[in-house]
Amino acid sequence: MVGIVAYGAYVPRLRLQRQAVYDANKWFAPNLRGQAKGERSMANWDEDSVTMAVEAARDCLGEVDAKSLRNLHFASTTLPFKDRQNAGVIAAALTVEQGLMASDVAGSQKAGTSALIASLRSADSGPSMVVASDKRLTRVASAAELQYGDAAAAFLCGTDKVIAKLVATHSVSMDFIDHFRGDESDFDYGWEERWIRDEGYLKIVPPAVKAALAAANLKGADIAHFIMASLMPAVPKQMAKMSGIAETAVRDALSDRLGDTGTAHPLVMLAHTLETAKAGERIMVLGFGQGLDVIILEATGELAKLPKRMGVSGWLARRKAETNYLKFLAFNEMLPIDKGMRAEFDKKTALSILWRKRDMIYGLVGGKCRVCGTVQFPKSQVCVNPNCHAVDSQDDYRMSGLEASVMSFTADSLTYSPDPPAWYGMITFPEGGRFMADFTDCDKEQVKVGAKMRMTFRIRDNDQMRGGFKRYFWKATPV
Amino acid sequence: MAKGIRDKVAILGMGCSKFGERWESGAEELMLEAFKEALADAGVDKKQLQAAWFSTAIDEVHVGKSGIPLSMTLRLDNIPVTHVENMCASGTEAFRGAVYAVASGAVDFALALGVEKLKDTGYGGLPGGRGAPLQQLWNANGTAPGNFAQLASAYQAAHGVGYDDIKKAIGHVSWKSHQNGAKNAKAHLQKAVEMDTILNAPMIAAPLGLFDCCGVSDGAAAAIVTTPEIAKSLGRHDVISVKALQLSVSNGSESGFNSWDGSYFHTTRIASKKAYEEAGIKNPREEVSMFEVHDCFSVTELVTMEDLHISETGKGWKDVLDGFYDADGKIPCQIDGGLKCFGHPIGASGLRMLYEMYLQLQGKAGPRQLKDPRIGMTHNLGGSPRENVASVSIIGRLDA
Repeated sequence: MVGIVAYGAYVPRLRLQRQAVYDANKWFAPNLRGQAKGERSMANWDEDSVTMAVEAARDCLGEVDAKSLRNLHFASTTLPFKDRQNAGVIAAALTVEQGLMASDVAGSQKAGTSALIASLRSADSGPSMVVASDKRLTRVASAAELQYGDAAAAFLCGTDKVIAKLVATHSVSMDFIDHFRGDESDFDYGWEERWIRDEGYLKIVPPAVKAALAAANLKGADIAHFIMASLMPAVPKQMAKMSGIAETAVRDALSDRLGDTGTAHPLVMLAHTLETAKAGERIMVLGFGQGLDVIILEATGELAKLPKRMGVSGWLARRKAETNYLKFLAFNEMLPIDKGMRAEFDKKTALSILWRKRDMIYGLVGGKCRVCGTVQFPKSQVCVNPNCHAVDSQDDYRMSGLEASVMSFTADSLTYSPDPPAWYGMITFPEGGRFMADFTDCDKEQVKVGAKMRMTFRIRDNDQMRGGFKRYFWKATPV
Repeated sequence: MAKGIRDKVAILGMGCSKFGERWESGAEELMLEAFKEALADAGVDKKQLQAAWFSTAIDEVHVGKSGIPLSMTLRLDNIPVTHVENMCASGTEAFRGAVYAVASGAVDFALALGVEKLKDTGYGGLPGGRGAPLQQLWNANGTAPGNFAQLASAYQAAHGVGYDDIKKAIGHVSWKSHQNGAKNAKAHLQKAVEMDTILNAPMIAAPLGLFDCCGVSDGAAAAIVTTPEIAKSLGRHDVISVKALQLSVSNGSESGFNSWDGSYFHTTRIASKKAYEEAGIKNPREEVSMFEVHDCFSVTELVTMEDLHISETGKGWKDVLDGFYDADGKIPCQIDGGLKCFGHPIGASGLRMLYEMYLQLQGKAGPRQLKDPRIGMTHNLGGSPRENVASVSIIGRLDA
């Protein structure tokens, strides 16, 4: 039986208050007043679609060894790199290289569902993961600025201990352009809503849903959870009704708390659905964008046995309201802020070193001495233990999943940080090992000597002198 | 068995430029300023110098690499010149090279000169540096104050000291240096500052405020060394000799092995212990007359006084508040204003500290002269609390 065997998600901690956005922009765009309610997720300055994808993948994998992965599909329309495999960065962070077919899936809002279909279809050949993640830029004072959000979702597909088996899929591909983002723009350009609804959704969705139901030998009424992301709140209900699906089956799009997370959103909604779905319930996932993907899944008894994970609800509960709209603009490089002289460092990356040390930098892999048992980071040729100093004695030791504690810390107002002051400090791992780590997503009250921290994969630097080479590394964040 | 450096080498002359924002001068002018004073003080001719050690630490664009800048600036007589760099211990490192050259018998007269021209970097504080290319990929994006500030959080945790107490103690450290610096015409900062001003200053890296950070200055200092015998033959009656020179460099145990608690300097403890042995000092709290220590940040000085085995571990903050290290205390520390007020041109600092000890031991320190000091100790620290170079030097009267 092919299907989903695990799910995971990630939502950034910051939640931009829509009222704050509206208050700043109402002089220019008073028409946005109706949307000045609730909040949207807002990536921290050191987050992008790759870092969010890594977090979602980790949430999904839990104790599953990433080295068992055979396929990794990464779906996004906001890939940090145009030519450098973004999925490969995720794979490196998960420390999987050998035997892995990794690919980036992009170009449409349905890239997430298309990647899920590809992942399900390749699950026969070994564990296959799909991660969808988006962090879309929006124009100042646009509706999209209020509507969009940043998030990621991940699914592990396979044939063993399936929590949601694949029932049927149906896809149509047609060049219906409701919006587009050209190569020369950072922002979406959209067409009229009524046209999108009447000529797009209404004519494309019901026939495809009907075909999918037919392929599965099901009726609309058999669908317990109907997942459709749309910026028009009435549309999913309308589509469900036209397809004979109960209105109560229409899943909450999380618009008020999260916003629409683009390519990731159908998968985010699916992850959210799996948190509460019951065995035997059928789930229909739609992915709309120059056509439509329809996926029908059926929850199994294995779902209840899945170990606990953060999931969409867990990450949504870890939240901090952000009322500073200028910070949102600055984090997205939308504000020509005076960064000062200390932001002028050349951030050129020695690619040869990065390659040599990729396990250390991307995977947070340290060493464990076979002679004295000392865990250390970085792994080195001579053991760091003053009573050992054995040579060439260390085996790889992954630190990324370990909890650390703060030994010393500071809040530095002198160094350049996009979000000053810069918090950092020495963290120690109870198994052994320590290093001076940048902290992220933390508040003054949370940082104390002895405070527990978890490691999170983040952007460390952005080399704008060379067109935006993102340097990734792990940071510590309060548990 | 090595016998150490004690009393094998004498300081024949020293010089120090005015420290500060020397907008009108380049590194070359500062070097010559210090050298002229040292040469005159030594009473020898430039042609008698047989070897030189030259120290700078940051951003070599100011002078360039190698020994050439020193040789060209001073128009030395084509003698060997070695450029040394060991972070904030660079000046002491240059001194060590010159002293060892004389002690070996290879030369009779050697020069050590250190300089740094920080105010041409365009930065208010120290210019940033991100370390080696691999470090740039993972080490926290910190600054010197941020790295040293962490001593405070770790010290508080290790010894159960409250925030207000630590803040007051490190504030007193800075207050003391300002009091002392006010009496030093060569110091960068020559103004006494009220405690309230210190405690309420803007935060640089919590809990270090503006006044907890040393001056970023331009300056140069120099020493000419020879043997005690030659010094005497040149008519010196008050020979100042080198009693100990020790250096301890981190091997990564603090930053990589979970035994260090972040509240002290492992290397300073080692270097100072060895220095006392080398100098024949049994009880430093009784025998050392005065200190110049590496007070790059107020909290550094506080824990250093424990690492030098003067204050009891965990009690240094009380000694500080009791005035033990004040100008009129039992053992004055930073009588010239320290890095805090004299300033911290990195490559010159170690030599600047020795310069003050040298003046004090000869009774030439003017309005800040201490009563009859016999042994002076200097200490430098380069790097950060977790990875550093610690140097300790002890000089004193030849008969001390």
